[in-house]
Amino acid sequence: MKQKIKVAILGTGNIGTDLMFKIRKRSSNMELKLFSGIDKNSSGMKLAREHGVTTSARSIDAILQEKDIRIVFDATSAGAHLKHAPLLKQAGKIAIDLTPAAVGEFVIPVINLDHLISQDIHGLNVNMVTCGGQATIPIVYAISRVAKTSYAEIVATLASKSAGPGTRVNIDEFTTTTANGIIKLGKAENSKAIILLNPADPPMMMNCTIYAMCKEYSEREVTESVNNMISELQNYIPGYRLKVPPQFDGERIMVMVQVQGAGDFLPVYAGNLDIMTSAAQTVGDVVAGKLLSEMQLKESV
Amino acid sequence: MVKIKILDDTLRDGQHALSHQFTPDQVAEIAGRLDKTGVDAIEVGHGNGLSGSSCQYGIGYASDEEYLTAAASVLKHAKLAIIVLPGIGTRENFEMAKRCGVQIVRVSTQITEADIAMQHIEMAKKMGFETRAILTQAQVLDVEATVRQAKLMESYGADVVYLFDGSGYMLPGQIRERFTAMKEALNVPIGFHGHNNLQLALANSLVAIECGAEHIDTCLKGFGAGAGNCPTELLVAAANRLSIETGIDLFEILNIGDELIVPLMPRPMDLTSDCLMLGYAGVYSSFRLFAQRAAEKYGVDSRKVIAEVGARKCTEGQEDLCIDVAYEMSKAAKEER
Repeated sequence: MKQKIKVAILGTGNIGTDLMFKIRKRSSNMELKLFSGIDKNSSGMKLAREHGVTTSARSIDAILQEKDIRIVFDATSAGAHLKHAPLLKQAGKIAIDLTPAAVGEFVIPVINLDHLISQDIHGLNVNMVTCGGQATIPIVYAISRVAKTSYAEIVATLASKSAGPGTRVNIDEFTTTTANGIIKLGKAENSKAIILLNPADPPMMMNCTIYAMCKEYSEREVTESVNNMISELQNYIPGYRLKVPPQFDGERIMVMVQVQGAGDFLPVYAGNLDIMTSAAQTVGDVVAGKLLSEMQLKESV
Repeated sequence: MVKIKILDDTLRDGQHALSHQFTPDQVAEIAGRLDKTGVDAIEVGHGNGLSGSSCQYGIGYASDEEYLTAAASVLKHAKLAIIVLPGIGTRENFEMAKRCGVQIVRVSTQITEADIAMQHIEMAKKMGFETRAILTQAQVLDVEATVRQAKLMESYGADVVYLFDGSGYMLPGQIRERFTAMKEALNVPIGFHGHNNLQLALANSLVAIECGAEHIDTCLKGFGAGAGNCPTELLVAAANRLSIETGIDLFEILNIGDELIVPLMPRPMDLTSDCLMLGYAGVYSSFRLFAQRAAEKYGVDSRKVIAEVGARKCTEGQEDLCIDVAYEMSKAAKEER
């Protein structure tokens, strides 16, 4: 049987639970050993037990006790991750942070995963930015790689139902972390991020608008670059689609996209959560792949 | 005698009508004269609140700090107020507001999303601001659910809870049932902010007062988003008639409106077809100019854009939806041909 790296999920809310289904369904390099949180009666915990996944209500303590868990996905909250990060580092575990805590380097698979993996990954802590960031920063990057972008702004509109308590106490962190990501990974000089919750019923799909201010650009190059980026994103997020192609108004470029979820556990309107878990699972698989090849190298010596 | 407190919103809601182009000098001049009329508070800043200057809502002529500094430099009686929308402005902005002498922070959410205001209300109270909560798009929830959201805001520490009719959609009967229920259920004072998209801002304001609202938002000449707000001068005149005490000098309000506001109004606060459609379809008033521009750019009917935006039950803040809708309508029309 193929060897897999043992991983754990910390945080048993919507994001943690969806990630659990994705890892079990699609992961080639990871094996989910533990699903840990604080509430043993949460719906996520119950589902995990139904599917034969080992659970614990002792949160990070349960994970630290397992020496063979190499990668930990933290899907709790920004405040909680700030406590978890140093403990995971001390224990030599790789942390993939799905909260807006942003202790570690930002990672967006289509932009910098290859680069990240080429470095030493021991004790690594990477941050998945935010769901809005995963959906929009690739588009900012697609524009900035062909046109100098002095400013980029994103507006993420989510279905009210897809924003759980974790998101609601992290609204400020969402806007700040996403804005930082637009600069660091999107390569815009200045940035802004806005998040809106829409209560419409039936719930709407995640819609994102990206604005970029560029003095000089070729309309054709920008359109081509954006289309190429969307094709790449569709490799791990099939429900990602262009709604309004790049619109040009002097220095202002505007693009609108929509993200439909895969529906693994969360409903399809929760594309915002799906893009986060898809991206995190992709990162996990690639990191696990590197760990496996390092192990095989050691064994062959 | 019934007493009410007026917050004049000309220098914040009026920004929507001016695409956020008030100059700090204009703000100082208007605020300085309003200060002497007896209004309780004056709200200043970008139409979409702290940190609202953006591609999405329009770049402001001046920064938040420049606007607030200009207003604070002239106010001696009225309290300086700002609005913040979680999701747009963050708690980080509060430091600057404190430095500038802001006394009232109003935290506003879509009526269904009160819980995203918790951290902002708690922070504002901690920093010593008078903290008021706003629930906007009043038509989205029924009376019971409205009261639940209002009680949430009260539980976070709000000193006043407002219901905003951001789309100018509400009819007087609907205001009556909501304010009666809120007055009964809440311990803190309640307030109302109306828009004139169905020409009911004054009527709705008077009904709210009748049902116990102690705080009302108004704008000079009604200068605000969509077809505008309840005109300050009109509310004062009606209040005088009804023996409701506002403490405001009617003649001075008329003077400021005529001398300072009328000359800078780019268009009158008329009930245009677009404005009526905003109120009819339940679309946030600030979408007026965005819907018109998008309709013009893509060669479609602005009233139909507004109607479709309303049908999609958009929330406040979704100005980009106007472009999405207009683009799709234009594409569909081309495909038909």
